Amino acid sequence: MSKDIFVYIEQRDRVIQNVSFELIGEARRLVAVSGGNVCGVLVGNNIASLAKEVVANGADKVFVVDNKELEYYTTECYAQAVTAVVRKHSPNAMLFGASTIGRDLAPRISARVHTGLTADCTDLKIDEEGNLFMTRPAFGGSLFATIACPDHRPQMSTVRPGVMKKVEYDTNRAGEIITEDVAIDATKFAVKIVEEVKETKAAVKIEDSKILVSMGRGLENNLAQVKNFATVIGGTVSCSRAVVDAGVWKSDRQVGQTGKTVRPDVYFAMGISGAVQHIAGMDGSDLIIAINKDKTAAIFNTAHLGIVGDATAIMPELEKEILARK
Amino acid sequence: MRIAVCIKQVPNTTEIKIDPVTNTLKRDGVPSIMNPDDKAALESALVLKDKYNAEVVVVTMGPPQAELILREAMSMGADEAFLVTDRAFAGSDTWATSTILAAALKKVGYDIIIGGRQAIDGDTAQVGPQIAEHLDIPQVTYVVEIDIDEKNNVCRVKKEFEDRYQIVEVKGKALFTVLSGMNEPRYMLVGGIVDQEEKAITVITVNDIEVDRGNIGLLGSPTKVKSSFSKTVDSNKELIELSPQEAAKVIADKLAEKHII
Repeated sequence: MSKDIFVYIEQRDRVIQNVSFELIGEARRLVAVSGGNVCGVLVGNNIASLAKEVVANGADKVFVVDNKELEYYTTECYAQAVTAVVRKHSPNAMLFGASTIGRDLAPRISARVHTGLTADCTDLKIDEEGNLFMTRPAFGGSLFATIACPDHRPQMSTVRPGVMKKVEYDTNRAGEIITEDVAIDATKFAVKIVEEVKETKAAVKIEDSKILVSMGRGLENNLAQVKNFATVIGGTVSCSRAVVDAGVWKSDRQVGQTGKTVRPDVYFAMGISGAVQHIAGMDGSDLIIAINKDKTAAIFNTAHLGIVGDATAIMPELEKEILARK
Repeated sequence: MRIAVCIKQVPNTTEIKIDPVTNTLKRDGVPSIMNPDDKAALESALVLKDKYNAEVVVVTMGPPQAELILREAMSMGADEAFLVTDRAFAGSDTWATSTILAAALKKVGYDIIIGGRQAIDGDTAQVGPQIAEHLDIPQVTYVVEIDIDEKNNVCRVKKEFEDRYQIVEVKGKALFTVLSGMNEPRYMLVGGIVDQEEKAITVITVNDIEVDRGNIGLLGSPTKVKSSFSKTVDSNKELIELSPQEAAKVIADKLAEKHII
């Protein structure tokens, strides 16, 4: 059993997803306490050249499984590749991004290697013996539980994009790149991809935005105004679940337990009441400014600045203030 | 074709509130419902029943009162129902739960298994893939369309990612997890409600399935809950009630203070 912490490096079309770098950053903070190396597990077809990026983002080692069978993501193929690396090196812990791929792959691997998996962690701590304490929301964010996996290794968890912080990118960082020859058993492949279609309209990544102007149901009829305010302040429009349910925005804009976790520099909660499910997705924001007509709205408990008032009346005035101060 | 649908009874988490005094979860009076993603799974199976005369059986694991959602499922059109319940199952994490359900599903029998992507109480999305692994059958998660070609024993499904979708074909037995947005579940039918009263629910206990007792329940669960807490509510925040012009100035000052503008 090693002390190493593995991070699944998720690549799509040979582009490494941000969440993988965020997890390397978190793994660095963990090994500072527990000892051991941070190791990326990079899996795909024709992806070996990406390994140096993984090192530059903070990994000590990168295990590379480069195989033509891994051109497209399917569960079995990727599970075989990652499981082989895990079994060979016996890491202490392994982290996956809680993306559609991570949440498909990680449970399959945890069942295969008989270990525990904790989903959508918002906080990770480790002790000197390497025991991981994984905190995650439950009941829609009403409750948080800290979970351990005392008797099984690797301790596995998924973490949502936007929750952890990357370390500084440094192309001079030293790291070891190791090619793993994994025998892939194609007789187990029962899933055949007929077609894979990239959505023409790229999904909006609200989790990458520094300023979010988030709207609740009350602003449904003031969409143009909200968009305009977001443009003036240089931000992106996000929203609560009710707004997605009403069909105003697609789910890629949704903040919260069933949407995305965000931690922008500024989060404007415009006419958002602040259900726990919503709070769970945004309470890590640096500055939360809430505007709501209802002074008893729960959002005011989380906001750093709470304004009781009508967002549709305040937004135009705020635009004037911002433009005047530029 | 026999379709097994995995469903779970969950508290309606949108109605859970935190007691501001004790800072604990107020669960009293919170209604239990069929988990929304699971209801979509059931609806997708019932559509296949309507189209191809498939047989739909529902399976749930939980305490005896979980029978309610099995009755609801039969009222919607499910043919048979199984309640997987035993004190020995209590405290199971996703690994142990999937071990139990996989063993139960072997007993129930299936050609394909459909479940919800995740349950709103735990939101883990783990039990589906873990069942598939225990049964050694393929999985496709985040599914939004399912059709079957019974003659060739193939399912054709649409799987969603954040930035793309795949159309995939799966031959033979398989497990799918679906998203609640994929359909509008039907209401219970009056005839269905009457008919289900005649139907028995099959109870499956630990003695009815082949599992290693060391792999189930609290002791058989690799993960252990160490502590739980709710976030403390700090209500001593600046709360300002001003004219729109004055409010705008206050906000702009705050943004300037943080060097945003």
